[in-house]
Amino acid sequence: MDLTRVETHRFAVDRGDLALRPGEHVLAGGTWLFSAPQPDVTGLVDLTSLGWAPWEDLPDGGLRLGATCTIAQAQQAPWPGAGLIRQCADALLMSFKVQSTATVGGNLCLALPAGAMIALTAALDGEVVIWTPDGGERRTPVTDFVRGPEVVDLRPGDVVRAVDLPAAALSRPTALRRASLTTHGRTGALVIGRAEPGSVVLTLTGSVPRPVVVAVPVGSPEAAVRDAVADAGARVGWYADPHGAPDWRAAQTARLAVEVCAELADGAP
Amino acid sequence: MNLDGTPVTGRPAPGQCLRTWIRASGGTAVKKGCDTGDCGACSVLLDGVPVHSCITPAVRAEGRTVTTAAGLGTPEEPSPVQRRFAEAAAFQCGFCTPGWVVTATALADEDGTVPDGDIDRCFKGNLCRCTGYRSIRDALAGRANVTRGGCGEAFGASVAAPAGARVTTGREPYTLDMPEAGVLHVKLVRSPHAHARVRSVDTSRAEALPGVVLVLTHRDSPGVLYSTGRHESRLEDPDDTRLFDDVVRFRGQRVAAVVAESAALADRAAALVDVTYEPLPAVFDPEEARTPGAPLVHGDKDAAESRIAEPGRNVVARTSGEVGDVEAGMATAAHTVSGTWTTARVTHAALETHGARAWVDDDGTLVVRTSTQVPFLVRDELAHVLGRDPAGVRVIAARVGGGFGGKQELLVEDVVALAALRLADRGDSRPVQLELTREEQFTAVPLRHPMRVSVRLGADTDGRLTAMHVDVLSDTGAYGNHGPGVMYHGVHESVAVYRCAAKRVDAEAVYTNNPPSGAFRGYGLGQVMFGIESALDELAREVGLSPYELRRRNVVVPGDDLVVNGPPSTDLEFGSYGLDQCLDLAEQALAGTAPAVPPGEGWTVGEGMAMAMIATIPPRGHHSEARVVLDPDGTVTVEVGTAEFGNGTATVHAQLAAEALGVSPARVRLVPSDTGTSGYDSGAFGSTGSVVAGLAVQRAAEEVRRQLDALGGPPALGRLEGQLSATGRSDGRRRSVAFNVHAVRVAVHPASGEVRILDSVQAVDAGVVINPEQLRGQVEGGVAQALGSALQEEVLVVDGEVLTRGFRSYRTPQIGDVPPTRVLFARTFDELGPRGAKSMSEAPYNPVAPALANAVRDAVGVRPHELPMSRDRIWRLTRGEQR
Repeated sequence: MDLTRVETHRFAVDRGDLALRPGEHVLAGGTWLFSAPQPDVTGLVDLTSLGWAPWEDLPDGGLRLGATCTIAQAQQAPWPGAGLIRQCADALLMSFKVQSTATVGGNLCLALPAGAMIALTAALDGEVVIWTPDGGERRTPVTDFVRGPEVVDLRPGDVVRAVDLPAAALSRPTALRRASLTTHGRTGALVIGRAEPGSVVLTLTGSVPRPVVVAVPVGSPEAAVRDAVADAGARVGWYADPHGAPDWRAAQTARLAVEVCAELADGAP
Repeated sequence: MNLDGTPVTGRPAPGQCLRTWIRASGGTAVKKGCDTGDCGACSVLLDGVPVHSCITPAVRAEGRTVTTAAGLGTPEEPSPVQRRFAEAAAFQCGFCTPGWVVTATALADEDGTVPDGDIDRCFKGNLCRCTGYRSIRDALAGRANVTRGGCGEAFGASVAAPAGARVTTGREPYTLDMPEAGVLHVKLVRSPHAHARVRSVDTSRAEALPGVVLVLTHRDSPGVLYSTGRHESRLEDPDDTRLFDDVVRFRGQRVAAVVAESAALADRAAALVDVTYEPLPAVFDPEEARTPGAPLVHGDKDAAESRIAEPGRNVVARTSGEVGDVEAGMATAAHTVSGTWTTARVTHAALETHGARAWVDDDGTLVVRTSTQVPFLVRDELAHVLGRDPAGVRVIAARVGGGFGGKQELLVEDVVALAALRLADRGDSRPVQLELTREEQFTAVPLRHPMRVSVRLGADTDGRLTAMHVDVLSDTGAYGNHGPGVMYHGVHESVAVYRCAAKRVDAEAVYTNNPPSGAFRGYGLGQVMFGIESALDELAREVGLSPYELRRRNVVVPGDDLVVNGPPSTDLEFGSYGLDQCLDLAEQALAGTAPAVPPGEGWTVGEGMAMAMIATIPPRGHHSEARVVLDPDGTVTVEVGTAEFGNGTATVHAQLAAEALGVSPARVRLVPSDTGTSGYDSGAFGSTGSVVAGLAVQRAAEEVRRQLDALGGPPALGRLEGQLSATGRSDGRRRSVAFNVHAVRVAVHPASGEVRILDSVQAVDAGVVINPEQLRGQVEGGVAQALGSALQEEVLVVDGEVLTRGFRSYRTPQIGDVPPTRVLFARTFDELGPRGAKSMSEAPYNPVAPALANAVRDAVGVRPHELPMSRDRIWRLTRGEQR
């Protein structure tokens, strides 16, 4: 929709352009920003002109996704296994037409419980790289960056530059399960499991206000997995919105976690 | 930007989205369905890549190529995809179609087909509310469903909709698909309070903004009380609404209107209107609302003058009556069942939002071009409210982008009309336009009435009903538009279809400070049938009969009276009867398919059915006057005042005229509804487009045929010196009944709460089938809409505040949510309808929810009592069973 209060739009070409004037807001894909009235936004600073690479190989073998990398581009990145990114892209409510414009950074900054790029990068031990207004840079784990629904660890003048995924996590087997009130609808609960030696690291999103990571020993009985998930969810509270009742979300998260553990156990040598 | 091959000069505004830039540049093939990137109606190709133009910053399109549906082909030379959509009849209202065509083009092979396998995922960003998606799947697969219909083979054939080529190529002009230059735009200021007195409205800051031309408030409002709900008789709805009121009764009620030179400016100025409110006590629960001491929503109204049953008890309408002795019938019954069922608020989700444009012609005529199902009723009420002669008001309805009852209301026309008149008084003749946002569709215009339905049934040892008691509480929200009608209709055919010596019905429609409820497909029957048909299912279990057999023993047959809770209906008759066939067809069809095998571990399967009766025409008269003109070159022109909103009447009227005159339907030209030129028509509601307007068209065409025959028949056509013409009329006074039986087999996964439909069948008695493909499409679309309200859709309202304010949080069925439904036709001939036909557009919706609920009950052993049967509710329902 038209953003009726916006009076200026400028394309950023270097870092100096990211100093925001009052009322200015950074614009990446714009697919969320343009989907709701923005009564407080009077200017847009476009990040897509900065020429950030959609992805880069990191020296340690990890993968950097640029903040302006679109969901479609992210699926073309050199993943050790392409399954998880595709599953996460499919978990988004948005259609493939939106995925060609919407960005990884935008999904992180929107900080919705159902944000599938949050799920992906949290499950892979991602670190958010933030450009600070003093010209510096700080890094924060995705699980700390997203603090709650539509609340992130960004201070005035901060701009998300990228999310870095370490090699160690990228190489591990993963499994994903998802529940929603309709088959292709917005996620109500999403569980990604990452097989580590001796444990399964479960990342819970969708059903909780912020991503929650809980590790369970390999071979844990079903009841133990359910209990671990119940405790982890209870610590942050099960999320309630029109996409599912909290009691249902809690139960689905536990069920999905059990399935994820079973799948990773089946695949184990 | 290069738009469909034409360079566009000029630059977009900084915060502008591509959709409005395209439309401002003349590209009206892109539609606004949501403006939030969820529905896909605005899809375009940006340098060949499909995007939703409403969430694409317009600046990104500068210097690039933008292709809309209009750039892909023309009506004369459609693209392969466009041809597939037209040949498959893959549209009804067609408002979403350009977006589908663009999206499919991005995915299609050269022959215009889209490979199967990933369609549910690829098209989750394209919503269609009309078709139920089967015909769209056919288009994507390259299956053709229609014929052009040759001479003498028009009636009964799957003739293509006349608008097909225009709709699929983005050429069909919907209400607001007009040039935008010089048009003024309205933005409404809305109440944040559920109940409040407006103490003051300060418009000075808004008026001071350059480009703002007018601000209207309650001070400008005519004193006339009226209703947004429209009927043939304006006395059917309570007079409880003012154009702008100094009391607001729901969050979202309009308080003021800002008229400005652009929509963006109007939006900015609306935020500068300063309103001071004095909050008043509010009531949100309908049971509380009718309890003594509750805040009164319309306590200021006079009961007789406003036609409100009991303003002192928040009751807008009530019925209470008994035939026979229900308590005695219950006491002597061998089997009794009872229960209470509830239904949710649902939005129509027509892809086109409400919109209208008004201006005053040079001769002083007020002209309103609007997206309405009832142009003549809008004309008459505008004249009433604004104190004008109806002859000085002209209402034009272009093709309407979906209605489902939602456009049987006066919701935007009054505002633009008042604004246009005010401006004309000052010599400003610019048109004034108001287009609602999708959020306003959820928060400020009527939704489906939520109801609580309690049912008690008694039966003898053979399963014959001995007593039937139905108690209904309907929440009409802050205003009573359609409140009485929906309540009376809701308990009418649902109860009358059963033969029972002792019946009692108590029903009340109650005001609350919730958003208003209004007309919605089925008009109350679906809500009440959810209770009655569920209770019947329970009774069949108690008696030990199949649900089909229980119905056979209890339904009315020709010769029976149609009784609710008083004297039998006198204006309803069995013009035909196919309920027996429908029961047989549905039962056999479901029995004839695969046995009930669960799709995997943890699933259980079940079967269920429910039935529905509906009157073919609303009560107390429905009028239509049609004119048919035959030109010497064989062209036939049909002028009829009803509206085409995806119900397919344009096709039916072309078929009826062609059949009578012995020409090909392709020779028939239809003139859109215009109260300035068309004969009077009560409008497109109550499923009357075929049986009332169609009958008028048929009579006019037959009269022209008699004139032609008198001159020597069709061979004389070439020798005609002038036109032949005639006018036909029908008044809808005699009404018949139509029937639907829905049967489903489902699998339920208690652990997740998922209900998966394994087989779905609907048998319909629509009399003689005028157009099989179109009828099938109406049934499929009704079933899909019903699946939405049965399983997933719900407008959440807490303390009068709507929480689901867009498609993103409201689950309108996507293509992947709608399984195929087999549609079977009973063979009957109706004595009253055109050439034996009956109406069939609301009815398919009604039996689906109870059929599904009964199947879920069969599968899991627990009966659902609440809609929607969402996964979280089904999980909770079955939790006791799985542990």
